[in-house]
Amino acid sequence: MKHNKITHGVIYIILCTVGILFLFPFLWMILGSFKTSVEIFDLSVLIPKVWRWENFIEAFLYQPFARQYLNSIYIALFVSFGTLSVGALAGYAFARMNFPGRSILFIFILSGLMIPVEAAIIPNFFLMSRLNLINTHIPLIIIPIFGARGAIGTFIMRQHFLSLPKEFEESARLDGLGRFGMFVRIMLPLATPAISSVVILSSFYSWNNFLEPLVYINDIKLFTLPLALNNFTTSYGLPMWNVQLAATTLSVVPILILFIAAQQLVTQSMTMSGVKG
Amino acid sequence: MGTQMSNLDRQDRLLGYIFISPQVIGYLIFVLYPLIAIMVFSLQDYNLLSGVREWIGFENYQTMFSENSLFLKTLKNSLVFTAGLVPLNVILALFLANLLTKPIKGVTAFRVLVFAPVITSAVAWAIVWKFMLDGENGIINQLLALVNITGPNWLRSPTWAMVSIIVVRVLKNVGLNVVLFTAALMSVPPQFAESASIDGANSRQVFFRITLPQIMPSVMMVLIVTLIGSLKVFDHIMVLTAGGPGNSTMVLVYYIYYQAFQFSEPGSASGGAVVLFLVALFLTLLQWNFRKRMSYQET
Repeated sequence: MKHNKITHGVIYIILCTVGILFLFPFLWMILGSFKTSVEIFDLSVLIPKVWRWENFIEAFLYQPFARQYLNSIYIALFVSFGTLSVGALAGYAFARMNFPGRSILFIFILSGLMIPVEAAIIPNFFLMSRLNLINTHIPLIIIPIFGARGAIGTFIMRQHFLSLPKEFEESARLDGLGRFGMFVRIMLPLATPAISSVVILSSFYSWNNFLEPLVYINDIKLFTLPLALNNFTTSYGLPMWNVQLAATTLSVVPILILFIAAQQLVTQSMTMSGVKG
Repeated sequence: MGTQMSNLDRQDRLLGYIFISPQVIGYLIFVLYPLIAIMVFSLQDYNLLSGVREWIGFENYQTMFSENSLFLKTLKNSLVFTAGLVPLNVILALFLANLLTKPIKGVTAFRVLVFAPVITSAVAWAIVWKFMLDGENGIINQLLALVNITGPNWLRSPTWAMVSIIVVRVLKNVGLNVVLFTAALMSVPPQFAESASIDGANSRQVFFRITLPQIMPSVMMVLIVTLIGSLKVFDHIMVLTAGGPGNSTMVLVYYIYYQAFQFSEPGSASGGAVVLFLVALFLTLLQWNFRKRMSYQET
């Protein structure tokens, strides 16, 4: 019994040390976004003496930050809706319909998961440039939906539809529903767990995507958040540490709150089938 | 009834293709075509200014693999990065998962904390660490100074820059593997460990002789997925060092980006992309092989 108490104590000490390591960057970021540039690098000022709210206002003055924020939100919404639509249709067909070449086509699509998006970026850039789509948000929306990343939607939806009993559809058929009716009215409402996984995975991917916006966008008004955050140090001569931290806080904290609110769901989705790179 | 069924079946033949067509057409355009294209580009000299393309055979590859070339340095860096990141990530994840499966209070809070960086964007995470790792004024060196250690200029020294990026990325992503290992550990029946302890095994022996072999399939999966992920590192490099100092953190994806979009050399960039694709292909086939074996074990 006593032995147990000691082990528990040791475990707590280790966990707290590790916990501080993980908590500290967030804490430092949030506190730093209320400091002056000098205070940020002053170890003795962990908590700002005067809370400098102006940093947050300056983030919006220095760049069209509100617009960049909205860009990220609407692109993530389109990507998740698109990935879901394409994935649900294909996933249902692969799970339930019989057509020649079904399994070969499925393996073909699934192989997309092993192809790094990064390997395809050069030809995709040339393609987009020929279509005059550089400096638009269209590449950031359609490539994640239809490209290698999109296969995850089809994969997750198919797995879920396979797990549903066929009886639901048979009774729906007796009620006179066609294939499309079965899909929309019976199967989709039964697929909410898979739907939320696809939405979470694809919107996170879009929200955090950095390489593709970097390649396709150079107009500051069209920037997404990762580009905008990284831009606070480079375009002027002097870095604006505190403003950059304020902007970073504004982009990170809402996501953290969403995550804590839906912790179980998010963790489950992110670990789904271990396909995340 | 019978005819109705076959009606539906007939209908399915066409409708099935319609349902999968957006995905299949998108795949042809954005995945299959680029794969063929990088192989073609890598065999050409493509002058972006004049738009002239010329077949030059394996010349790009010859340059890439010539002595002291940037690409060989890139490959070496990628190897060092992977060799540092993967063991650190997997061992830390196993260690934390093992602690977090212990029946103690407040464990959920720790799980949330360890997972929080996973859902944070890599760019945001790297920006915060860039400030903290600053050589002169960074908080980390100031903390080290308290115990009389003069910290290096983390991101500006060739050796420490690589180490810093590895550690920053491990802290960012380890939470994902912690959750995967936690799930695996919880599926191990506790009776095995209990009977081993009754037989006098200490907790280390129980972990290495009983628990670890039980979760080995998960460990292998996590290893490969982490390996593939580490080959694709870009965001941390771009924000923390931009490949520097002196190309000491130039890794595969950064090389592709740099050659294609900063240096206007789509030929060698495509060569790099072909190498990335081949390595990812090999590792994924390995992963699928493991997964298949795992599902045989389960059934």
